[in-house]
Amino acid sequence: MSAYTEEMLKSIAKVESTRAARLHTEPKRFTAEEKDAVLKKFHPDYNEEAFTTLSIGPNKGDKVPKELGALLEGHSRLEKVQLDLQRLDYDVDVLIIGGGGAGASAALEAKKGGASVLVVTKLKMGYANTMMAEGGIQAADKANDSPAVHYLDALGGGHYKNIPDLLEELVENGPLAIKWLSDLGVLFDKQPDGTMVTTHGGGTSRKRMHACADCTGAEIMRVLRDEVQNQGIRVLDYAPAVELLLDEQGQAAGAVLYDYDAEEFLVVRAKTVIIATGGAGRLHYQGFPTSNHYGATADGLVLAYRAGAKLIYANSSQFHPTGVGFPAQIYGALVTEKVRSIGAQLVNSEGEAFMHPLETRDVATATIIRECTERGKGVKALDGVALWLDTPMIDQLHGEGTIATRIPGMLKMFGQFGIDLRKEPVLIYPTLHYQNGGILIDKDAETSIPGLFVAGEAVGGIHGTNRLMGNSLLDIIVFGRIAGTKAATKAKATKLAALSLAHVAKFAKALGDAGIKTEVVSPKLLPVYTHGRPGR
Amino acid sequence: MEAMVTAYLLGKKCSVPATLTIMDAMEYAGFKLIRGVGCRNGFCGACAVIYRIKGSTELKVVLACQTKIEEGMCVGKIESFPLNKRSFNLEELKPTDNIIGQLYPEIYSCIGCNACTKGCPEGLNVMQYIAYAQRGEYEKCARESFDCVGCNICASRCQAQISHSAVGLLARRLTGRYLEPKCAHLEKRVAEVEQGLYREPLTKLKHTPLAELQQLYNNREIEK
Repeated sequence: MSAYTEEMLKSIAKVESTRAARLHTEPKRFTAEEKDAVLKKFHPDYNEEAFTTLSIGPNKGDKVPKELGALLEGHSRLEKVQLDLQRLDYDVDVLIIGGGGAGASAALEAKKGGASVLVVTKLKMGYANTMMAEGGIQAADKANDSPAVHYLDALGGGHYKNIPDLLEELVENGPLAIKWLSDLGVLFDKQPDGTMVTTHGGGTSRKRMHACADCTGAEIMRVLRDEVQNQGIRVLDYAPAVELLLDEQGQAAGAVLYDYDAEEFLVVRAKTVIIATGGAGRLHYQGFPTSNHYGATADGLVLAYRAGAKLIYANSSQFHPTGVGFPAQIYGALVTEKVRSIGAQLVNSEGEAFMHPLETRDVATATIIRECTERGKGVKALDGVALWLDTPMIDQLHGEGTIATRIPGMLKMFGQFGIDLRKEPVLIYPTLHYQNGGILIDKDAETSIPGLFVAGEAVGGIHGTNRLMGNSLLDIIVFGRIAGTKAATKAKATKLAALSLAHVAKFAKALGDAGIKTEVVSPKLLPVYTHGRPGR
Repeated sequence: MEAMVTAYLLGKKCSVPATLTIMDAMEYAGFKLIRGVGCRNGFCGACAVIYRIKGSTELKVVLACQTKIEEGMCVGKIESFPLNKRSFNLEELKPTDNIIGQLYPEIYSCIGCNACTKGCPEGLNVMQYIAYAQRGEYEKCARESFDCVGCNICASRCQAQISHSAVGLLARRLTGRYLEPKCAHLEKRVAEVEQGLYREPLTKLKHTPLAELQQLYNNREIEK
């Protein structure tokens, strides 16, 4: 018995009837004008009602998603708490907030730089978006490619909004990042002669996507975590940061943590601080599902903003065009872009391939939404509509067994819910995937607050207003390493004055002065789900 | 009306919609999850739970985020299993001299009960990859263990007290570092970057006017 409804099966029959004709054709790519038009009309970033204007802080006057705005202009968790900042629970050189790929990379480099390091995480190291990154990691290491070509791809994909210095660091360090990971024992897909197996991603002009089957992020994350353990670096789990500490001179000086188990606040003094807290998918902007891990609630942005750091492009989110649209158990989970890289087309309810499968993510998202709304060619699924990703094409194009070896994770994920993607197409719909914007840094990964560094998804500006697939696994490694190295160096030359939370009081006053009345307490830390449980 | 099932979540009798996963069912029932939850997509291994259907003797161990709730499920949690990972310096290790056997001698205590394989929610042949490690066949061990999410359900059931996921991870790192063929184009490009060969073209791009960049981008050659 098929897992699909009768209506879905009828549509599948149409998909199957057009498959042979579609198999060796490539739908036309959009022109620059066509891309602009579909983005403006259908991309969620252009939905004006979903945004609010900030009234206070370094980005006063800027638009951000309503859900993020409420947290940025929320009350501190320490507002009514008496804390003795002289009683230190930890006193280290470098404090790293966040236990994903960026935090782990930073920790390894900071340790190598001779610093005493403390990593604190809200959940456990590796319970992070890095672990879930499936598609791959970009780096220009092949003969027909170069960092300059990579630069241009990312710049055009990012709508020319990328900060040039940051993008330069990203692409130039790309090959070095792959080498670093290889030397740590990450198992990249290779040909027998050692040549990397690389593919296209949306918006790439060269095949520079390196992969470890379809769990590249997991492979990288578990190796980094293993090495953090080898190095004896101290990791404090279930202890999220709730405020940054500055010293009386205004430089970063540590953080206040909340110990989930003891239900107590802890004070960490550190000569430099690295924010590596990741993204915001669990804020569910505009009600979208998310591909993100449980703790992706933009905590780092809230902490940094309250301390006076500027954000950039905080109004720009990446929706992954192919989140799972059915069944309910994996709704919003990711169907990796690699599925399209290796041949599956996007197909509507009538069996028509309505777009080139490898447009950039924002264009693909907007086009899928257009197909489902204005054009009415979606397939009814769960509460809304979805479209087909024609996976059986892959084995037909590249030979039987391709799906099993190249995207085994996908095969398994759908398989446990009774869908064999070798035989049946799968339903997809855009899912909230990535925070394009974030905290502004310079090329040393440092913010405008001396001693405060940021790496990973919490950074804004590297990718402009749209990130290409495979550039985030790259950025967590490149900027994680830079942040770790620079933070360790800076810590050596840093003398801290007395610890202070004056910036928090100042922000609270600004909130009052601006007449903002809110019940919101932030950072959010964790989402609350009830799955339709009836209330009282 | 939604179809409901009765389940016993951490001993508490709950009525929950039949469409939910075990994890979602716990939240529906009012549990506020902090521990034992991570990526919610089956990658991180945080949410291993143990269950039996009420009245049945058979115990099953699964990932809570990937498994549908069923009528009569009695669910307990496995959080933070005390794995016995050994520390090592990868630069000083060699993939020879039975190095995994030296670091993890307990792999030779395997009694072949296969409880590890039966328990694996990823469907891995765990006992087989331990056997490869015993024989020094590290590449095979690496491939066989590749999809491990580190939930450590295998280790929780092992009579020989093996830390399977750590063994697989070491085999993979040895394979990636030493046994895989070296990548010549990567070495070449790294040397070029370190010589500063790409400084000038990148600097030039950084200072190219927008209109010209758009020209370059829109007309760039795309590899087939």
